[in-house]
Amino acid sequence: MSGEKDLEQLKKEAVAKAKAAAAAKRKAKELAESGSAKNTVDDADDLARQKAEAVAKAKAAAAAKRKEKELAESGSAKSTADDADDLARQKAEAVAKAKAAAAAKRKEKELAESGSAEPAASDEDDLAKKKAAAVAKAKAAAAAKRKVMEQAGESTEAGDDDLAKKKAAAVAKAKAAAAAKRKAMEQAGESAEAAEAGDDDLEKKKAAAVAKAKAAAAAKRKAMEQAGESGSAEPAASDDDDLAKKKAAAIAKAKAAAAAKKKAAEGAGDGGDDAKAKAIAAAKAKAAAAAAAKAKAGGKAAASAPAEPEQPSPNQKYLDKYVKIITEHLGPDVLEDSYINKLSKDVPTLVAKPESYKKVAQYLKYNESLGFDYLSELHGTDFQTHMEVYVHLYSYKNRQSVALKVKLDRDAPVIDSVQPLWAGADWPECETYDLLGIKFTGHPNLRRIMLGEDWIGHPLRKDYEPYDVEV
Amino acid sequence: MVQDLLHSSPGLANFGIFFLLATVLLLVILGFVTYGILAERKVLGFMQGRYGPNHLGGRWGLLQTVSDVLKLLLKEDIIPKAADRPLFIIAPVIAFAPSFMVMATIPLTDNLQFADLGIGLLYYVAISGMSVVGFLLGGWASNNKFSLLGGMRAASQMISYEIPLVMSVLGIILLTGSLNLNEIVAAQEGVWFILLQPVAFVVFFIAAVAELNRVPFDLAEAENELVAGFHTEYSGFRWAMFMLAEYVYMFAMASLITVVFLGGWLPLPFLGFIPGAVWFALKFSLVVYILIWFRATFPRIRADKLIEFAWKVLLPVALANIFLTALIKELLELF
Amino acid sequence: MIRTEEMLLNVGPQHPSTHGVFRLVLKIDGEIIIEAKPVIGYLHRGTEKLAENLQFTQIIPYTDRMDYISAMTNNYVICHAAETMMNIQVPEKAEYLRILAMELNRVASHLLWWGTFILDFGATSPLLYAFRDREMILNLLNELSGARLTYNYMRVGGVKWDAPEGWLEKVRDFVPYMREELKGYHQLVTGNEIFLNRTKGVGKYSKEDAINYSLSGPNLRSTGVKWDLRKDEPYSIYDRFDFDVVTREDGDAYARYECRLAEVEESLKIIEQAVEQFPQEGEIMAKVPKILKAPKGETFVRIEGARGEIGCYIAGDGKKEPYRLKFRRPSFYNLQILPKLLEGENISNLIAILGAVDIVLGEVDG
Repeated sequence: MSGEKDLEQLKKEAVAKAKAAAAAKRKAKELAESGSAKNTVDDADDLARQKAEAVAKAKAAAAAKRKEKELAESGSAKSTADDADDLARQKAEAVAKAKAAAAAKRKEKELAESGSAEPAASDEDDLAKKKAAAVAKAKAAAAAKRKVMEQAGESTEAGDDDLAKKKAAAVAKAKAAAAAKRKAMEQAGESAEAAEAGDDDLEKKKAAAVAKAKAAAAAKRKAMEQAGESGSAEPAASDDDDLAKKKAAAIAKAKAAAAAKKKAAEGAGDGGDDAKAKAIAAAKAKAAAAAAAKAKAGGKAAASAPAEPEQPSPNQKYLDKYVKIITEHLGPDVLEDSYINKLSKDVPTLVAKPESYKKVAQYLKYNESLGFDYLSELHGTDFQTHMEVYVHLYSYKNRQSVALKVKLDRDAPVIDSVQPLWAGADWPECETYDLLGIKFTGHPNLRRIMLGEDWIGHPLRKDYEPYDVEV
Repeated sequence: MVQDLLHSSPGLANFGIFFLLATVLLLVILGFVTYGILAERKVLGFMQGRYGPNHLGGRWGLLQTVSDVLKLLLKEDIIPKAADRPLFIIAPVIAFAPSFMVMATIPLTDNLQFADLGIGLLYYVAISGMSVVGFLLGGWASNNKFSLLGGMRAASQMISYEIPLVMSVLGIILLTGSLNLNEIVAAQEGVWFILLQPVAFVVFFIAAVAELNRVPFDLAEAENELVAGFHTEYSGFRWAMFMLAEYVYMFAMASLITVVFLGGWLPLPFLGFIPGAVWFALKFSLVVYILIWFRATFPRIRADKLIEFAWKVLLPVALANIFLTALIKELLELF
Repeated sequence: MIRTEEMLLNVGPQHPSTHGVFRLVLKIDGEIIIEAKPVIGYLHRGTEKLAENLQFTQIIPYTDRMDYISAMTNNYVICHAAETMMNIQVPEKAEYLRILAMELNRVASHLLWWGTFILDFGATSPLLYAFRDREMILNLLNELSGARLTYNYMRVGGVKWDAPEGWLEKVRDFVPYMREELKGYHQLVTGNEIFLNRTKGVGKYSKEDAINYSLSGPNLRSTGVKWDLRKDEPYSIYDRFDFDVVTREDGDAYARYECRLAEVEESLKIIEQAVEQFPQEGEIMAKVPKILKAPKGETFVRIEGARGEIGCYIAGDGKKEPYRLKFRRPSFYNLQILPKLLEGENISNLIAILGAVDIVLGEVDG
């Protein structure tokens, strides 16, 4: 979900950079022709204006119009015409580039292997685009460098230095990432067969990580050499960060692979299971590698390290007891799921089905051996595929908690109210209705308590657009 | 002097002199009110661990009330649109006027008194009851539910507490045989009535605090419950009139207590060289101090408990006091 | 026969004694309340929605502003939730600092409650005494965290600042001073006939009602339920301290008053012991990654705040911002019983009942 957003952002950035690179190339050519110092200032302006245009075309047009007016007054109407021409040319180029990128993506998809995971494909696309962007960037970096060497001005120099450094670093990283990915993919392709492939995988991954690290270090060195000493440690720092992240990612990957292998080894498995498990492990490794390759895009190193082999929780017997009692009395399929929530102090969690939610709640409250008479919390959450109501109950008699959840349909979230059972659910349900739009049937007075009566929309939903009168 | 004036023939000069003397009394009372308010704030402050006003007029904030009154005079006179204008305007006047009128009968020293009425005590109680009308009118005319509630509460409270007030002094009247305030003071030459009639003193004091609408009986202006009771809508000088009425009543009631229970201007034994006026001032200040002390200490009584208290506790106690006084008096006369 | 009419009286949102922007729509007949409808939401600031774009450390100042009178416990609940979710161990010294901060804050909160409760009854002096003592606590917390009311002191994995030089001695000296003052308060107010008159038997509810309406904190303990999360589901290092859980049987406003003042006593005990056990050396912050990422899953923790049970629910999905953050705010749940308590009551009792519930509007609306 949000990963796709980053993808979008990346695409946008790439497009913008490509545009900038193309413009810079053109300016460099003009520079070579005219060779006057004055144009460099114009070039810097152009670059800035183009960048702005990538974000808001209207603003750029307005600025251009304004410049037209000013220049018309001062009498140099020629440059504005040039600028207008440039803008048009840039627009055309951007369109062409986008089309090319889309075509490339389609081709890649067709060429992709059938068994490879989704992220791999998109990563390839991403990678391809990145390669294109990186190429453009490199060219732009070269052009910028040339500019740098030609100019005498300090401030623009520093800026261009930064830009150059960053572009160079990006290029190096993308290259290293591409190399590592290719290696990983090759390895993943092989490991689906044999048992030792897991070890190979691990070792190859380690090797890949080492290679990546080396490449990154080399890139850093190169970047520093290229830029000289204009004291901006940011790219270096970000390189360090990325390095550290990659190391962490590699470690995590290694751990993941080892754990997966162990699980596969422990599980009552025949060869098929093993192979499947390894395939899963391989896929995970691939995904982890892809994530590491995306380090520049936001440092999302493998965040969710899969769990170590679990010890049975002390509350498992309570969970079993609750499940047993409920399924005994209400039937075997009233509960969609039941598990111990390890992140939440091992609270037994029951997930009821919407139809049976009220019955389960009644059972939890009135059954002698369960006796959950205290409602600690009730709220709703908008997971974008569904909505969920979370109820945390406590029993003073048995001194035990339980969490009851129910998943609702996102477009029409309706569920029974438990206010008749626990009077303390009155206002929390109103609040959930108010902020999320979940309707509770059987509630005596469902109303908006936090926001005013005439509020439009449900703010806590993920797709909430604030209705601003003046905008 | 005043007696001669009273008995002389009515004429413009006479009227002029009386008017002048009344103005002087008014100024004295206003002076008391000014420094009484300041004293209350300072004493309250010290009891609460802070300084009271100490900004204006030197370290003791001597000009604080003056500046407050000036501010109130300069404020915009706001009358709510839907308020009953004539009643709104006249309510503070009705509340204030009786408080000043009762000062006529109170003997400040053996020479300083405006009118030596034979029924001085009764006059006091009767006239002070008229202020209730003022509060009630203020609550009604404001066209505000909070004010109405406040006005109703004030009315019910003041009416309820007048009965124990009067009943408790019946014991005194039995002992002196007269309603004349001068004679009551004279009858205390030997022993002050506070020692002869302690129960009556307690009942009278409590009823007096209730009549003054002070804590613990200040429901009518219970800030926390009804925003400000019957004077919610009053601002500026109209509000000042209500406050003035309250403080002048405090002056009057404290003087009455001094006269009836603490021996008026009579000195303590062996200290007769100190003039009567000073004695009066000292005893009076003691009463005022105790009233302020009450304000710092007690929370407020609930409305229904207040009325209950008046009718179910104070009144029977006062009646029992009368009965006991009469009994003891008769028994003493037998021997 | 006099014809009486029902009057609709609106208490608040601006009112001297509703403890914040809280509106109560009353239908009264003379002085008896027929129906009371609380209206809240005047202070709703959308903390939960804001938190979906903020990293955990950035959310902590927002939690301060929910229950602004005892902000340390709010800080703690989110730190505790994050630590539970990410399985972070908090170092010893940080735990002790946290305990000291929370208990001092509990005392300050109860003092403020006491002062305003008595002020609602018309006695102005106790408020000033309470504030004088609260000033001392606020100065202590100011030295510790840099702020008097909204501390922003705790972080996920520990606390931000260490105790400055001499701070512990000041805390140690504060405890006997406060004990003396408490004695004075009891003498001044607790035995006062008028006060007893106004609070005994007022706003009574039973144990079953309290549990049914999800009350917590002193509101619940005043009905006889011996339940304190610090003792029954110990978090932090509360299991090292020796203190009692105070309960009363009556369930009226006076019982709640007594419960709270006794809780101040118990908090002083905890502070004393914590100062004695305080480790001189130690880290104040665990080694946590610079950017905390909530793992996939959800957690719900609850702690004992000054007003009751504060809970924090975090649903994470691997990002540095929580996917959903929800606070279980005690005043919100405690206030639900108000309409039931007010039916048939006097308007004067309204103030007593509302005061005894001890709500903070920042917490009710969140």
